Amino acid sequence: MTQELWELLGKGILETLYMVLVSSAVAYVIGIPLGVLVFVTDTGGICRNRAVNFIFGGIINLVRSVPFLILLVAILPFTRLVVGTTIGSTATIVPLVAAAAPYVARMVESSLKEVDHGVVEAAQAMGSSNFQIIYKVLLPEAKPSLVVGATISLATILGYSAMAGFVGGGGLGAIATNYGYYRYDSETMLITVLLLVLIVQLFQEVGLRLVNHIDKRIK
Amino acid sequence: MSEDRIIKLEHLSKKFQIKGTEVTAVDQVDLEVGRGEIFGIIGFSGAGKSTLVRCINLLERPTEGAVYFDDTDLMSVGQAELKKIRQKMGMIFQQFNLLEQRNVIDNVCYPLEIAGVKKAERLERARELLKIVDLSEKEKAYPSRLSGGQKQRVAIARALATNPEVLLCDEATSALDPITTKSILELLKKINQDYGVTIIVITHEMKVAERICDRIAVMSEGKVVECGAVKEIFLNPKSDTARRLILSDDQIDESGQGRKVLRIAFDGQSSFEPFISSMTVHTGIMINILGANTENIGGKAYGQMLIEAPKEEASLQKIKEFLTEKGIYFEEGGKSA
Ligand SMILES: Nc1ncnc2c1ncn2[C@@H]1O[C@H](COP(=O)(O)OP(=O)(O)OP(=O)(O)O)[C@@H](O)[C@H]1O
Ligand SMILES: [Mg+2]
Repeated sequence: MTQELWELLGKGILETLYMVLVSSAVAYVIGIPLGVLVFVTDTGGICRNRAVNFIFGGIINLVRSVPFLILLVAILPFTRLVVGTTIGSTATIVPLVAAAAPYVARMVESSLKEVDHGVVEAAQAMGSSNFQIIYKVLLPEAKPSLVVGATISLATILGYSAMAGFVGGGGLGAIATNYGYYRYDSETMLITVLLLVLIVQLFQEVGLRLVNHIDKRIK
Repeated sequence: MSEDRIIKLEHLSKKFQIKGTEVTAVDQVDLEVGRGEIFGIIGFSGAGKSTLVRCINLLERPTEGAVYFDDTDLMSVGQAELKKIRQKMGMIFQQFNLLEQRNVIDNVCYPLEIAGVKKAERLERARELLKIVDLSEKEKAYPSRLSGGQKQRVAIARALATNPEVLLCDEATSALDPITTKSILELLKKINQDYGVTIIVITHEMKVAERICDRIAVMSEGKVVECGAVKEIFLNPKSDTARRLILSDDQIDESGQGRKVLRIAFDGQSSFEPFISSMTVHTGIMINILGANTENIGGKAYGQMLIEAPKEEASLQKIKEFLTEKGIYFEEGGKSA
């Protein structure tokens, strides 16, 4: 294997990490409030609101039901508007965020559902406002579960980013596509796949260690 | 009397709609709780006790009626005011409901945090409270490491943090073993006596009510069927529910088979053991004890006993005379005298 190829792979790894981490971060900035919103407005939530829940839940479901590659193509005009191009890793961040934010919102929602309702009730009985319940009770109590959700989300977003490589995105996915698909270089493709697997493993490992560290229920 | 009451419920009803059918959990309840008393709400499962107590701090909004705290009509106050009032009403639960991701002291600090108390002050107050509940050395422990009794102590400390005037306890001891129950009840009693906190205790155990309550309300199917001094109701229950609560369910089944039964109430007049033997000796009748729910406190018996009454009128008379002579309260027929 050539020096050149290694450099290429190294660049691919960095690009992949860049896409995945940046889009995950943005997806969480959108997904956490969105997940909280659908959770608290749901039946039995602390500020139940049918209309809000229906609208935002509907948007989440709608975006989630569109396959990623179709979503990517469908929002190309928007991507061009935001980034100025539709090719490369920065351009891929836009569809990644669009696909990941609703996914993250559902992850957040399901983590919040794990919080014992009795604790929320106790907080209400102590005179907490809804906002205080969200940021002092729900989110902190769900923290370990949120971190688990984040490692799963990261792996999913990594998978999306690899898919994006097929249609002009950057990173390891693009390398796998160019070498494996167009040039029948199965060795290089195998290496990129292994690297992707390794990155997923790394995310998992770091995530689980973090959970063990922050979760006060175990130990 | 009116300036002495702290909570008043007026024609309070709470109905739930579940899949088209209406459940009346609380049905036209009128209650007054006096300042500084320990008031019990007792009833079997599903009687509506939790719903009633949750109406007091408006965790559940009554469908009808009014709740007064001091002289404030809670149904008419706004959200901000309601939060302030809730800070004057602590609440503890069967499942403790501690914040699992916060350690003991931070749990106790929580209500102070949301009340806007400064950090140094919060910690000082929290430490003071942990001392009261005897958990100072567990300050840094997380709830998962505590026993049930310790968790409830933390919950009590937390509920008291904002110096509430009322403490609502929903089955606070139901998840605890008898010894721990005793110590938690003693703690509640101490809090009532030392700090003058009015305590409302929800329970399905007559034992719990007897131990700490001044007055109780007996609930059945959403209604208060009987209300009065705990001693009064214990010795002379008027409602079937109270009767059944005093004797546990299985004891009543045992006595329900057409036998003649005497219910004897001990109110600390004499101790249990010598009483049985001296009754046997005096009357010459072997006593068949159907069930007893008594306790010796300092050599005195408190509680209930059901005995099978002799069929012959003469023997029965002898026993009644003996009981009267000893000044022990009794009543004929276990289920519906
Ligand atoms: N949120 C709710 N929605 C619908 N029905 C409810 C709700 N809460 C209580 N109920 C119903 O109201 C009735 C009274 O319930 P509640 O929990 O107040 O009883 P309880 O006396 O506290 O019983 P337990 O001793 O089992 O705690 C029950 O029939 C219950 O099913
Ligand atoms: Mg209950």
